[in-house]
Amino acid sequence: MSLKAPPVRRTRGGLARLGPLPWIAPVVLLILAVVVWPVIELIRTSFLNISIAGIVRGSAGTDKYKKLFDETDFGHVLLWTVLWTVVVVGVTMLVSLGLAQLFNQRFPGRRITRWALIAPWAASVLMTAIGFKWMLSRTAGVLNTVMIDLGLIDRSKDWLGSAGTAWPWMMFVAVFVSLPFTTYTLLAGLQTIPADVYEAARIDGAGAWQTYRGITLPLLRPAFLVGVVINLINVFNSFPIIWAMTQGGPGSDTATTTVFMYKLKETDIGESAAMSVVNFAMVVVLVLIFLKVSRWNEED
Amino acid sequence: MATATQTAGPEPVEKQPAGSAPRPTRTKRTFRPRTLVITAVAWLLAALFLAPYLEMIVTALRPADELRDRTYLPDKLHWSNFIDVWKESSLGDNLQVTLLISGGATVLVLLVSLPAAYYTARMRFRGRKWFLLLVLVTQMFQPTALLVGLYREFHQLDMLNSVWTLILTNAAFNLAFAVWILTAYIGSIPAELEEAAMVDGTSRFGAMIRVTLPLALPGVVTAVIFTFITSWNEFVMGLTLSTEPDKQPLTVGINNFIGAYTVQWNYLFAASVVAIVPVIVLFAFIERHVVSGLTAGSVK
Repeated sequence: MSLKAPPVRRTRGGLARLGPLPWIAPVVLLILAVVVWPVIELIRTSFLNISIAGIVRGSAGTDKYKKLFDETDFGHVLLWTVLWTVVVVGVTMLVSLGLAQLFNQRFPGRRITRWALIAPWAASVLMTAIGFKWMLSRTAGVLNTVMIDLGLIDRSKDWLGSAGTAWPWMMFVAVFVSLPFTTYTLLAGLQTIPADVYEAARIDGAGAWQTYRGITLPLLRPAFLVGVVINLINVFNSFPIIWAMTQGGPGSDTATTTVFMYKLKETDIGESAAMSVVNFAMVVVLVLIFLKVSRWNEED
Repeated sequence: MATATQTAGPEPVEKQPAGSAPRPTRTKRTFRPRTLVITAVAWLLAALFLAPYLEMIVTALRPADELRDRTYLPDKLHWSNFIDVWKESSLGDNLQVTLLISGGATVLVLLVSLPAAYYTARMRFRGRKWFLLLVLVTQMFQPTALLVGLYREFHQLDMLNSVWTLILTNAAFNLAFAVWILTAYIGSIPAELEEAAMVDGTSRFGAMIRVTLPLALPGVVTAVIFTFITSWNEFVMGLTLSTEPDKQPLTVGINNFIGAYTVQWNYLFAASVVAIVPVIVLFAFIERHVVSGLTAGSVK
């Protein structure tokens, strides 16, 4: 952790007399108003009957949760959310390991090529997803054209029209936008490995693969774990990709829980809130894992 | 592939001070086959990462009657699309909203996070750890999971369709990054520098502004650019908290374009390119510092 507590110091001026409140209160207030309040409101809403116009019509008890768990699509959506998250994060981590290793080498143009890598990170995820939707379109999508020219397919396909082909493409886009952050995290991790460790391995006659397995991977563990958890949170929450490419359709065939939550919002906000509470609980679990993995507290 | 005799690991080139001793002849700049392969693969990958955005630019330049052509490049380049899109569609309003939101959120984040970060970096106080934990946890909570709560809150406050709401919410979800990176930066500047200035007759506030702030500038710039980009790219809160088309940010406006009966992809991507390119360029300036901010310093 880089934020070590400063040494105790006596201040002569007004700093100490006023205490921390004037300094940190605005931050705390903003967090309370925009992050904590919605959490409470969310939980409250999940136990209420609310009309589409937004008028509260009394308590609903646990009805909204029952209704949610009884939805015919619920099990399917849950299953695909897990698959989506695990596959996207898994592939992202594996590919990023390779990318980080590659871009850590010395070669002409390293700076420029690394710079190209950040494009999907900086650009809006929504717009990247819309770009892919366009490239996959049946009428004039360039990816269809490329695949026809390469002889991979005979004629243009409607990739996003059915769940079987839409899922892999959306997963591809999710991996594509997750790679830069992950690769840079691993590159940062590689930088922390001292050069003399490699020197020692070289003198001992270790081969490249042996060195990678025995030295690089173990020392990369902290960065790798942090990358995994942050990606889990991001990918679990990645609503824009699916919303832009299929809107979760046809039906709810390509919906994850966040997309499902958004669709429910149109018909029954209480049920949508119940779905959100379930989502929120999952995020809380992931955050707790993050706190453990990032070794919060260790040096403080 | 690699043999045991060559350097198996990364070489921390960039960390080397400019005047360091020349490296041994082992790393002489001769183009070995291995370097050649690495270079080729890296450049190919860089091209692949940029490809979707290049295709967006190509589409943005297509005349309307060439949109459905299965050609990689159009016959004529319609540069006027970049101007017409703002006249022919309502996206100009959305661009204005986005500018207001991103600018407003950035200013707000800086105003509240600088004092908090300064105090947290300089002083030990009761609750310091809790404050940092609150900030860290906020960073992990993304708006998607809280959408229904956010919607209910601002519905009750009668603040839907307001630019202020989106400024507040965007600022709140970006606070954590700013507080984190600024605390780390200010903490790395010796307090003795300020004290020296104070001995010379400057007030504490003056010392903070004239001594610490300029030294923390890289951190400030990172926080500013990052907040601006994230708010600029934000989609889900804009989609949920603004329902009137002329009060929605550009991402939502562009997404609405797809819902239209016939999608004018050339205009859509002309607007997207305008939204994406500046952001990628800005991001290149802060790329080095972002990882440590996003991983809360757990990966240097």
